[in-house]
Amino acid sequence: MASPKKVLLTPLVENNPIALQILGVCSALAVTTQLSVTLVMCVALTSVTAFSNFFISIIRHHMPSSIRIIVQMTIIASLVITVDQLLQAFAYEVSKSLSVFVGLIITNCIVMGRAEAFAMKNPPGISFIDGIGNGLGYSLVLITVATIRELFGSGSILGFQILPLIENGGWYQGNGLMLLSPSAFFIIGFFIWLLRSRRTEQVESNEYKLAPHTTAEEAF
Amino acid sequence: MGLRRVLDDIEPHFKKGGKYESFYALYEAVDTIFYSPSKVTVAEPHVRDGIDLKRVMITVWLAAFFPMFYGMYNLGFQANSAIAAMGLEGSGDWHQAIIALFAGHDPASLWDNMVYGAAFYVPIYAVVFIVGGFWEVLFAIRRGHEINEGFFVTSILFTLIVPPDIPLWQAALGISFGIVVGKEVFGGTGKNFLNPALTGRAFLYFAYAPNMSGDTVWTAVDGFSGATALSQIASDGLPALAASNGLELTWMNAFLGQMQGSIGETSTVAILLGAALLLITRIAAWRIMLGVFLGMCAMSTLFNLIGSDTNPAFATPWYWHFVLGGFAFGMVYMATDPVSASMTNTGKWIFGALIGVMTVLIRVVNPAYPEGIMLAILFANLFAPLIDYFVVKANVARRRARGVL
Repeated sequence: MASPKKVLLTPLVENNPIALQILGVCSALAVTTQLSVTLVMCVALTSVTAFSNFFISIIRHHMPSSIRIIVQMTIIASLVITVDQLLQAFAYEVSKSLSVFVGLIITNCIVMGRAEAFAMKNPPGISFIDGIGNGLGYSLVLITVATIRELFGSGSILGFQILPLIENGGWYQGNGLMLLSPSAFFIIGFFIWLLRSRRTEQVESNEYKLAPHTTAEEAF
Repeated sequence: MGLRRVLDDIEPHFKKGGKYESFYALYEAVDTIFYSPSKVTVAEPHVRDGIDLKRVMITVWLAAFFPMFYGMYNLGFQANSAIAAMGLEGSGDWHQAIIALFAGHDPASLWDNMVYGAAFYVPIYAVVFIVGGFWEVLFAIRRGHEINEGFFVTSILFTLIVPPDIPLWQAALGISFGIVVGKEVFGGTGKNFLNPALTGRAFLYFAYAPNMSGDTVWTAVDGFSGATALSQIASDGLPALAASNGLELTWMNAFLGQMQGSIGETSTVAILLGAALLLITRIAAWRIMLGVFLGMCAMSTLFNLIGSDTNPAFATPWYWHFVLGGFAFGMVYMATDPVSASMTNTGKWIFGALIGVMTVLIRVVNPAYPEGIMLAILFANLFAPLIDYFVVKANVARRRARGVL
């Protein structure tokens, strides 16, 4: 069995849920306009993934295979509701700005994916760590995206003004595209590009290959 | 032949194994600028005439000179008219220092207008060319392909579709986005599915909306504000049209291009001259141009017939849509981009018509966007491969039914 350290750290760079498995991209687009909101989302998702892995792993031998998805969904849904209630009770403002996206953690592919791929086959302890690791891998990408978007979109990080905006008498002109969801697509794309040019083993094989240019000599 | 000898002498350094091996693309570019390469397409499937990618691109580049020169003149004319009307001293920014060296601000003087226009246009073009060229060369060196002339076209077209007031750093950012995200990440010229110049403009449009739309950016004078013809139509309908200097904007003025707007888009006449060159040399697809035109006519006529009490833009007839905004420029130079358009003949009709219909739809129905041709072309670019796919499938089915296959 893989060591806990490996299980925890592999999803950060080597097997990142967003950058390599391309899971959970929807929320990466939706909640990354402001870093503070993103951080809450990351904590919420990481805890849901970790605990759902843990509980599913505990009962993995008692689940009939034919209804396992429903059982998993029940566990995940209860966890998400708990998180949602906690947020509403203790961080109402953030909960409002996250709106439906906390509820949508249920449908986040990372949670289901880890439950199916890892928790069903491994004991609870290591499953919990795997959940934390994947949550952190997700958080790594989201925090990067949110930092870039908030910095270049509103000139601030965590609400503190870093680049003074022209509207407030500064020199920086906010990039409106960064405040729109599609910008996260570009940033995640660039992130994957950077990652894969560093770690070439992540590059997928071509579905088809272009023939090399034919020069005049070869054409005869 | 001194230069030829110099180039031949240094060539081994740039070949595989030489010390400047990674800069081969640069060497090749300089070499082909001065000397026509001996490698030409000779094999049968390609031969139509002596034309190659280089000549195609240079012809498009030349065709863009019509709107470019008129655009410079008109930029100056609009600005000088506004200066005269508002009683200002000059443009109100750093351009004024350059303009004052050569010319005054008489809107009736061709020289004054051209100098004014050049003082604004040339810096934009220089920045776009240098920054875009940098990316082009960088990718060519890293990927080991040749620098090709497609970039000449992208850069000039990009400068012609930005507002005259655009800050130079935005121009640099826009062309960087267009070249890198619109083209190079997909593998360079010939493999991009979006028009790179329009991608760059769309980026600026959404990122820096205050500099790319509204009432203040279309005439290059600080403090000037005047709605464009299209935004007047969107808010008050056709009768409200008034030129920036307070005169009524007649159809003929709009056709000739005496109105404010993006640098190269104003004059439908100049654009049609470019179109004639492109069609005579058979470089641009006439099916696409006609498709765009007919799609626009059909959609605007449909809106005219439907009519609307609340939206005055419904009543705009096709001949006004044709001369206002970037419609003509998009139809001639952007929609016909051979890489991002449909390839099949039937597909070209559908592709063109889709652009025409979408343009009018966005212009008339969406109050947030008085202009729609940019988004319409990018939208149709996305559909081009799908259109081709169905056209080919339909052809296969037709031939199979005939028993040929």
